[in-house]
Amino acid sequence: MNFIEYLKQPWPWYLAGPLIGLCVPLLLIIGNKRLGVSSSLRHICAACFPANISFFKYDWKRETWNLFFVTGILIGGFLAVTIFRDPNPIKLNTQLISDLRASGIQNFSSLMPTDIFSWNALLSVKGLFFTVIGGFLVGFGTRYAGGCTSGHSIMGLSTLQWPSLIATIFFMIGGFIMSNLILPFILKL
Amino acid sequence: METKFKKIVLKEKNTDFEIRSLDTLCINESELKHSWYHNIKYFFVGIFFGIVLVKAEIISWFRIQEMFRLQSFHMYGVIGSAVVVGIISVWLIKKLKIKTFYGEPIIFHPRQFNKGQIFGGILFGLGWAITGACPGPLFGQIGAGFTVVIITLFSAIAGTWVYGLLREKLPH
Repeated sequence: MNFIEYLKQPWPWYLAGPLIGLCVPLLLIIGNKRLGVSSSLRHICAACFPANISFFKYDWKRETWNLFFVTGILIGGFLAVTIFRDPNPIKLNTQLISDLRASGIQNFSSLMPTDIFSWNALLSVKGLFFTVIGGFLVGFGTRYAGGCTSGHSIMGLSTLQWPSLIATIFFMIGGFIMSNLILPFILKL
Repeated sequence: METKFKKIVLKEKNTDFEIRSLDTLCINESELKHSWYHNIKYFFVGIFFGIVLVKAEIISWFRIQEMFRLQSFHMYGVIGSAVVVGIISVWLIKKLKIKTFYGEPIIFHPRQFNKGQIFGGILFGLGWAITGACPGPLFGQIGAGFTVVIITLFSAIAGTWVYGLLREKLPH
């Protein structure tokens, strides 16, 4: 198996995790930048619709590096499914498949369930919940918390900040509640 | 005295740890001004980050459900090993006083606790389980061809905007 073929397979955690961790020193050394993604959403607000809100009145142009970074993530995502495309369906926990099947999800072949994440499904109650409501909570919650998984859980924990540990614990609590207690009902709508 | 007072006020006001320009008033740090093309290197780091996010299936809604339902070790392994590598790297940077390419010192600032980390944390956790994405993977999902996530991204931008609007009224 050649190298490109190897890279086309799903990457194991012990390869991906350290590579993500290495982004921390990489960004620090190439320009004193702290890994963080959610603040890009704030810069977009500051640049496009500041609306005289004090939270958006700052020099966002000094933070343009972050917009370059997230544009890169988008292009990287595209490259990952083109030149490094894995033709095989995603391998999932069998319990998850049977649970989700019971909740009405049928498509388990790609990284996302296209039953709910597709333009066709968008204008249904479920479609709107999974995109509009979910997205709103991600944007509102990360800014309220002062960071997201990258800013708090990776960068914050790497620098041993206990407020980031608290944030990470509450990210997990929110996720456990939604995934186990609320989503099973929403999926059946 | 007055400058000291100002420092404290600014520190308390900035609950956003990812944005450095908000901190620069109180940390007395020289920020080099560069032309825009210096930012291209972050574009390439982003590409690398995006490829990892998709190839390790971190952008997958299914993998996020597995994590929150304790049905797979994968995501815990990814985040855990990333943090371990991050901790070692930061420790080495501090220990060896490593500077940036531009010769600037790398300084770490302590973060302060506020209730936003609890309330905002839970709200984001709920959203993470719904969308199967934190902000990084949102961009990754779009790039990987799930174009409907553009709506999720717009909604996340709207959520950030509404937070900015209501910020003074929220407990911190």
